[in-house]
Amino acid sequence: MAHYAMVIDTKTCIGCGDCVVACKTENNVPAGLNRDWVVEATRGTYPNLTTEFRSERCNHCSHATCVYTCPTGASHYWRDSNIVLVDAGKCTGCKACIAACPYDARLIMHPDGYIDKCTFCHHRVEKGLDPACVSTCPTRCMHFGVLDDPNTRVSSLLQSRNYKVLLPETGNRPNVYYLL
Amino acid sequence: MNRREFIKLSSLLAAGTVTPPALLSGCSSQRLPGSGQVVTTPTVCDICFWKCAGTVYAEDGEPWKVVGNEADPHSTGRLCTRGTGGIGAYEDRDRLRQPLLRVSDNGKQTFKPVSWDEALDFVAGKMREIADTHGNDRMALLAHGSGGTHFERLLKAYGSHAYAHPSFAQCRGPREVAFALTYGEGVGSPDRTDMEHAGCVVLIGSHIGENLHNGQVQTLVEAINQDATLITVDPRFSVAASKSQHWLPIKPGTDIALLLAWMNVLINEGLYDKDYVDRYTVGLEQLTQHVQPFNPEWAYLETGLDPKLIRDTAYAMATSAPATLVHPGRHVTWYGDDTQRERAIAILNALLGSWGRKGGFYIQEKVDLPGYPVSEPAKPNTDWKTIVQPEFPLAPTGVSQKILEACTEPGSHFKGLFVYGTNLPYTIPDIRATLDAAAANLDLFVVIDTMPAEITGYADVVLPECTYLERYDDLRNSPERVPSLALRMPAFEPRHETKPASWIAKQLAGRLELDEFFPWGDYSEVIDWQLRQVGSSLGEMQKIGVKRFPRRTSMYFADGEDIRFRTPSGKIELYSQTLSSHGYDPLPKYIAPEKRPQNYYRLNYGRGPAHTFGRTTNNPLLFELMPENAVWINPLVASQWKLQNGDYVQLKNQDGVVSNKVRVRVTERTGPNAVFIVHGFGHTAKGLRLASGVGADDAGLMTNVKVDPIMGGTGMRSNFVTFVKT
Repeated sequence: MAHYAMVIDTKTCIGCGDCVVACKTENNVPAGLNRDWVVEATRGTYPNLTTEFRSERCNHCSHATCVYTCPTGASHYWRDSNIVLVDAGKCTGCKACIAACPYDARLIMHPDGYIDKCTFCHHRVEKGLDPACVSTCPTRCMHFGVLDDPNTRVSSLLQSRNYKVLLPETGNRPNVYYLL
Repeated sequence: MNRREFIKLSSLLAAGTVTPPALLSGCSSQRLPGSGQVVTTPTVCDICFWKCAGTVYAEDGEPWKVVGNEADPHSTGRLCTRGTGGIGAYEDRDRLRQPLLRVSDNGKQTFKPVSWDEALDFVAGKMREIADTHGNDRMALLAHGSGGTHFERLLKAYGSHAYAHPSFAQCRGPREVAFALTYGEGVGSPDRTDMEHAGCVVLIGSHIGENLHNGQVQTLVEAINQDATLITVDPRFSVAASKSQHWLPIKPGTDIALLLAWMNVLINEGLYDKDYVDRYTVGLEQLTQHVQPFNPEWAYLETGLDPKLIRDTAYAMATSAPATLVHPGRHVTWYGDDTQRERAIAILNALLGSWGRKGGFYIQEKVDLPGYPVSEPAKPNTDWKTIVQPEFPLAPTGVSQKILEACTEPGSHFKGLFVYGTNLPYTIPDIRATLDAAAANLDLFVVIDTMPAEITGYADVVLPECTYLERYDDLRNSPERVPSLALRMPAFEPRHETKPASWIAKQLAGRLELDEFFPWGDYSEVIDWQLRQVGSSLGEMQKIGVKRFPRRTSMYFADGEDIRFRTPSGKIELYSQTLSSHGYDPLPKYIAPEKRPQNYYRLNYGRGPAHTFGRTTNNPLLFELMPENAVWINPLVASQWKLQNGDYVQLKNQDGVVSNKVRVRVTERTGPNAVFIVHGFGHTAKGLRLASGVGADDAGLMTNVKVDPIMGGTGMRSNFVTFVKT
């Protein structure tokens, strides 16, 4: 099984939103919807401040509650990996996955009548390319690869740097990591 | 951006446009992007002026995406947010579609859509009349963007050299003049900053990261990745400040006091680069004497910055020198003493020995590309600059507002004006009355643009240009680390009746019997000829987009190299005799900024990463990312005014000008003395259906303009606003 991960360096993320536009054009995401977004978190009081930017999306969880909740099997793992996809043909739009996702990463509602979400650009991954957001990022703060091999860039970043994931307490085992 | 809002929007859309059976039954599985017939075409981005090279993708004949070209030194294969949204410029449903001519209809003036022939005949006819009645030196051009060169060529052939770019007097002019006075040459664009090799980078109000000039962002990040010391001076906690070891939350308008204090420390503690200063500069003695009163304790009273912090940051600069870059910034027309502030920055860099050194300012090179052989037009008999802007002899180029001021009266110098790709009422502060007068007085007012921006409302004739994705322009040959050429070519047929600037200018030339200056059929012939002179061809460039060429010189000065600078003394001029002989201060002086009136807050403004000022606010892809601006207000101020996040207020300036309503963003990232808004919003042009009426327009609030006496820059940061609750 391939264990894909995205590793994003908050030290160099500037919150520019290029990842958001790249996703929209690459995947023809309809107007009004976004599969990824940027969060700004500022702490402290002027002038003692810190600001962190995070590019967020589906975490392609190793234990994806959306997949286990979906009553029709539309939400599924792609090819024995942790990449979570939605089969539009099987999706009835019941929104059980939306309730199950701790990251609010699913979009209501694609105009063609299904719940849409980030695919980690699996159509690019199968050609050996990075997801569109990663390959566009002007600060190169985003990295993508497999964690099965300890020598990949993503593996070595997680070995050498402090990092966090979002909402680890859910037990979903998310796969988007933020370097601190 | 607020994702919740998008969800709300999309639910509404789904309810309105999708039929229930589709929702219930779902649909067949999605088609994957790129599985159709994909065609790629090289381009050079025109969404901002950094001019990154990229590749346009179309799938099954439909526009798909634009991505960076990896061979390109400007972008290294990564476009910024705006460049990635470039397809939106092509797809914008509000684009200008066909030529428009101002006509009177029952006493009311309106625009009538006309054919290209009718529009061009009208323009050429008026240009002839102007030449016959007043002389052929009475036409002027204000331009911003690649296609401007075609109209410069047209005006030169016609007989006038009068043109200006707002990027001078509204943006980078002070630093270009200051660095030219000091080093004999300007900083240029792309900036010759060697940040990727710097051990220390100092940003003074320069919010790289929000200001998304691609190469600047990438090289600053490279410096961060290599643990360079980043020092950011900004009253606002900018993105760059959030990445810095040292943030200096300076009192607005006191930067020169800080710069003088840094010089004081470097000189008095012997921390400057003695060998470099002895070898290359003149004026150390006068400078030393000049900075004596300005120690960090003095600066504390002006800047509000802890003297220890001022000393520590001076030591950090000296430690990494000469690989210390005190960045000159880009938009630097702030307080009217901007050339002097930029001189202070230039002098500080000289003390650190960073000009011409690795990690400071590198030496740029471009390709030695011959121009297409064409007859040289006769020089005009008059020097328009001595007529129109005699008070700025040190301005090497046109001062945009002076050109407009010379359009407003029957006796004014100019009788006709071209405006290419620049929305002047939102670009030049406090210019709207001048534009009204110019429009009423001129015999001819032509606007060439892709969008129905506010400037089109002043025109007699509006000529719709196609976007950069639908045209050839001059080869990009910008000075860089590596010389390179990049090709922009049409990825799509021009939509509607739009045409490239090269075609429009040539058509006008033909009607004015100036064909000899445009001796080609299509502009691609010029590009092909030029490429063949340097061993390439249009055919090759259509495949690769970017071609790199070997450097001929070193990127840095060699140790102890003899350098003759292009200044009068041949040295780096710490003390400027040129300034002194023109009656200006030869060394930068600090002047305290205007105080804010009670219950008013300084209007700070800047860029957001999603937009290139007002040029992109109607681009559907970028509009979605940032549909409106917000006014940043410190929580203490917000609580005093009982304002909450998300409320709408209007801003009223010190002269009583009231803005459109703007959303409140309560944030610690601005201090209690200033508010901040992103520039480029608050459009009033009804044709911009997404952007019109959305957000506040900062330019309209800038009625206190401080003109730089040295080069005519329009200082925009001496304006104050208070709140009007809606």
